[in-house]
Amino acid sequence: MKSKAGPLFLEQRTYRRRRMADAARFLPFLGAILFSVPLLWGQAGTDASSTTAVMLYLFLVWGILVAVSAGISRKLREDETHGADDKTPSKSGV
Amino acid sequence: MAPLNVLVLVCLTYVAFLFAVAFAADHAARRGRGTWLRSPIIYTLSLSIYCTAWTFYGAVGFAARSGLEFVTIYLGPTLVMIGWWWTLRKMVRVGRSQRVTSIADLISSRYGKSNTLAVCVTLLAVIGTTPYIALQLQSVTLSFATFAASDPTSADLPDQQSTALWVALGLTLFTILFGTRNLDANERHHGVVIAIALEAVVKLFALLAVGVFVVWGLAGGISETIARIDASPIMHWEVSGGRWIGLTMLSAAAFLCLPRMFQVMVVENENEDDLRTAAWAFPGYLMLMSLFVVPIAAIGLQTMPAGVNPDLFVLTLPLQEGRDGLAILSFIGGFSSATSMVIVAAIALSTMVSNHVVMPVWLWSKGGTAAMSGDVRHVALLARRLSIGGIVLLGYLYFRLSGGGESLAAIGLVSFAGVAQFLPALMGGLFWRAANRTGAISGLGVGFVVWMYCMFLPSFGTSSILPQHIFDHGLFGLSWLRPHALFGADGMDPLVHAVMWSMLLNTAVFIGVSLLTFPRPVERLQGAQFVNVFRHSSTATGWSGDLARSEDLMIMSQRIIGSRQAQALFSGAARRQGLAGYLPEPTPDFLLELERELSGSVGTATAHAMISQIVGGATVSVEDLLAVADETAQIMEYSSRLEAKTQEQARTARQLRAANQKLTQLSVQKDSFLSQISHELRTPMTSIRAFSEILRDTGGLSPEEQAKYSTIIHDEAVRLTRLLDDLLDLSVLENGQVVLNTQTGRLSDLLDRTIAAAAGGEVDSLEIRRNRDKEDVVLTTDLDRLAQVFINLIANARKYCDAEKPSLSISSKQDGSELKIDFVDNGSGIATDQQAVIFEKFARIGDTKAGGAGLGLAICREIMARLGGDVTYLPGQSGGAFRVTLPVSVVSSPLGETL
Repeated sequence: MKSKAGPLFLEQRTYRRRRMADAARFLPFLGAILFSVPLLWGQAGTDASSTTAVMLYLFLVWGILVAVSAGISRKLREDETHGADDKTPSKSGV
Repeated sequence: MAPLNVLVLVCLTYVAFLFAVAFAADHAARRGRGTWLRSPIIYTLSLSIYCTAWTFYGAVGFAARSGLEFVTIYLGPTLVMIGWWWTLRKMVRVGRSQRVTSIADLISSRYGKSNTLAVCVTLLAVIGTTPYIALQLQSVTLSFATFAASDPTSADLPDQQSTALWVALGLTLFTILFGTRNLDANERHHGVVIAIALEAVVKLFALLAVGVFVVWGLAGGISETIARIDASPIMHWEVSGGRWIGLTMLSAAAFLCLPRMFQVMVVENENEDDLRTAAWAFPGYLMLMSLFVVPIAAIGLQTMPAGVNPDLFVLTLPLQEGRDGLAILSFIGGFSSATSMVIVAAIALSTMVSNHVVMPVWLWSKGGTAAMSGDVRHVALLARRLSIGGIVLLGYLYFRLSGGGESLAAIGLVSFAGVAQFLPALMGGLFWRAANRTGAISGLGVGFVVWMYCMFLPSFGTSSILPQHIFDHGLFGLSWLRPHALFGADGMDPLVHAVMWSMLLNTAVFIGVSLLTFPRPVERLQGAQFVNVFRHSSTATGWSGDLARSEDLMIMSQRIIGSRQAQALFSGAARRQGLAGYLPEPTPDFLLELERELSGSVGTATAHAMISQIVGGATVSVEDLLAVADETAQIMEYSSRLEAKTQEQARTARQLRAANQKLTQLSVQKDSFLSQISHELRTPMTSIRAFSEILRDTGGLSPEEQAKYSTIIHDEAVRLTRLLDDLLDLSVLENGQVVLNTQTGRLSDLLDRTIAAAAGGEVDSLEIRRNRDKEDVVLTTDLDRLAQVFINLIANARKYCDAEKPSLSISSKQDGSELKIDFVDNGSGIATDQQAVIFEKFARIGDTKAGGAGLGLAICREIMARLGGDVTYLPGQSGGAFRVTLPVSVVSSPLGETL
C-alpha cells in the first residue's frame, strides 16, 4: 500500500478495485485447474476413485467458485458506486 | 396412469399462459412500465436457454452412458461466466457500441463490414443449428409418446410426426408474434425474454422436483443415494483426460459462439452491469441443474428394466412409480427447455439470414441502388418472418429425415463443434488487432470443411455421401484422409479427434493468413475499435460526406426505419447543427449516427453499403488512422488537425456560400418585386385611366358600352385593392399587431370549408385525398387565419402542380407535442435550391405564369408563427409537400356529442 497524504483515500479505492479485477481474471484459471484435479486421481482397476467422491468434490468446488465470484462481483460494484469520483478507467492489462 | 387428455390440457394451458405473459410483458414495456423486466435476474434466467431439452433429458442419458462426463458440458460455461472480466464484458461492450444484431454481424463488422464473411457465418450457423432444433422437436415427441404409451385409456398412439409438426407450427407462431414486432433487432424482445425466463424457472423447478423425489422418495435419503450410486454401473470414475478437457473446452467455446447464446447475452442485453450478477448466478443455476443428474441416472439404471431409453429417465421414473403429477411437471419442464431454445435460435438465425442473405440479394435484384428500392421495412420484416418459418421447417425436415434415432447427446455435440468454429475469428477479432478478413474467411472455411468431413457427415453413419470404404481407407484411397484418423492420428476418440483437428487447423490458418496478408484500412480501423473498446468507446468514423446528399439519405432512411423516425432523426440532427428544417449537413458524425441507426434494422454490412452508395464511398480519415498507427502520431496529428480545419473551413464556406446565395436571391427578388409591383400597379392604373378618359371624353356611348367600361374600371380597382390588402396584411402580421380571434371547431369541417373556398365554385381539376378519421380533432385557435393558410396551400397546389392528373393528399397526425397536417401533391415539387426562399416575401418560383405577387407563403408563415406553430417545406416526398404544425395545446379533448 502506498501511504501518501491527500489522495490516499482514492488511491486505496483504485488499488482495491484493480486487485478485485485481477481476482476476477484469475478465477477462471483457478476453476479450470481445480476441475482438472480429479484426472490425477486413480482411474484404473481396483484403486479407481468412486463416482460419488469425484461428484462431491466437483460440486464443492463449483459451489465455492460461485460464492467467490459473487463476492468479487459485489466488491467491484460497491467500489464503483462508492468511488463515483474515481475517474481511473478500467484498463485491460495491468 | 395419467390420462393423455390431462397432459394435453395442461400443456395447452401452459402454452396459453406463456402467450399471455409474453403479451403482458411486451405491453408493459411499450408503455414504459415494468423496469423489473430489465432486472439482472431476468437476464441471468434468459441465459438459461443454454440448458435445452438436451440438458433436461439428455444429461441423465449422458450420465447413464458415461458417468460424470456429462458435467463437462456445464463446467465450460461456468468457467466462461466466472471469467466474464476477460471476454464477455468486452463482447457485450462491443456489441452495444457497434449496435450489433447477431454473431454474424459482429464478425462481419469487425472484419471491415464484409458481407461475404457474414454469409459464411450465417450458413455455418444454420447448418450447425438445424440438427439442434430437430433434437428439440424429437425430445418433445419422444416424451409425448412415452406418456401415450403408459396411458392404457388411449387406444392408439398419436402419430409422432404430427406431434412434431404441431409443436413446430406453434413455435413458429410464437416467435413471429413476439420476435418480429419491431424491425430494430437491437431492441429487446421483452415478451420473448420474459417467457424464456419463466421457462427457465419451470425447467429448474421440474428437474429439482424429480431429483428430490428420486433421492428422498425412491432411495430414502442422501447416504442411501450415495450407496446406490456406488453400487450402480456408473460407480467408477472412468473418464479419459482428453475427453474431459476437450469437452469442457468445446462447451466453453460453444457457449460463446452459439447464435442463440449471443442473442440473449449480447443483443438482448440492456445493461452491462447485469453481467456482474450473471457471473455468479448463472454458474449457480448450472450447478443446480446438474445436481441430481447422477442420482437420477444411477437409480434409473437400477430400477428401470433394461432397454429403456436412459434419455427419458426423468420422465419414466415418476411414471413407473405412479407419480402422475410429477411426471406431468417433468414433461412441462422438458417442453419448456425445448421450446425456449427453438424460439431464441429462430430469432437469432432469422436476423442473420434476413440481414445478410435475403436483404442484400433483394437490394441487388432491385438494381442495387438503395435510394430507389421502395419500402425496405416491409421487405425486411417479411424476410425475417419467412426466415423464422424456414428455419423451424428445416429443423422439422431434419427430424423427419433423420428418423430421430440418435441419442440426444450425440447430436448436441456435433452442433457444438460446428458453431465453435467461430471462436478463432471471434476471439482474434476481440483481442488481436492484426487479425484480418482474409484470415478469418480462410480459417472459418478450413474449420468448416474439417468439421463437415470428420464429424457432421459421419454422424449420419455410413451413407451414400460417406460410404464405408472412406471410413476404412480414406478419401481417394489416401489413408491419411480417414474421417476418424486424420493425418494418421489413429485410435483417438472420434469427437476429440474432430474437435482437435478442426479447431487446430482453423486457428492455424486464421493466424497464418492474417500474418501474411494485409488488411484494408476499414478493417484496421474496426480492429482498433474492437480491441481497444474500453479505451475509446466513442468510435471515430469513416465517412466524409462533402456533398449535399442529405435529401437522398432521407429518402432512403424513410424507407428503412419509417418516415416518422427518419424525420425525427434528421430534424434532430439539423437542430443540433443549428439549422432549421429537416436536412442536416452530412457531417461525419451525422453519417455515423445514421449508419448505426440503420444497422439496427438491416445489419452493419448492408447499412454501410447503402450509405456508401449515396455518399460515395467511405474514406478513412486521418483522425481514424491515428488510432491505428501510433508510430507516426506526431506528423499525423498535425496533418489531421490541418485536415479537420480544412473540413471545418469547407463546411463554413459552404454555409457562407449558402447564406450569400440566399442574400443575392433576396436582392434579386426585391428588385424584381419592385419592377413587378410597379408593373402590377401600372397595368390596372393604365386601364383605369384609359377607360375613364373614354367615358369622360367620348360622347354617345351606348349604355352597354358604358357598363362594360365601368366594369373594367371596377375590376381593376378591386385588383389593386387586393394587392394593397395583402401588403397591409403582411406588414400587420410582421409587426405583431394582429389580434387573434380564437374559435373552436373541428379540423375536418375547417378543411371542408377551405377546400370549397379554394375551388372558388369552379369544377376542380385537382383531386383531393383525405383521411377523415384522422381529422376528427377539435381545434381551439384562430380558425379564420388557419383557413387562410390552408386555402393558400391548396390554391398553390392547384396553380403549380404540373402533374397530368394533379392530386393533393392532406393527412394529419398527432405526434408527441405537435399536430402535423401535411399537404403533399404529385407534381415535381420544389427544387432544393429554391426551398430556402419560398417563404420569403415576394418569392416566386420561375416565371410569373400564375400571377400573384409572391406574398402568399410569406403571409402563411407569419400567421402560423402567430398561432404558435409553423409551416415548412417537407423534402423527400413524392412532390411538393408542405407541413403545417400546430402545438398540441390547441387540440381540445376528443369530441363529445356536443358539437
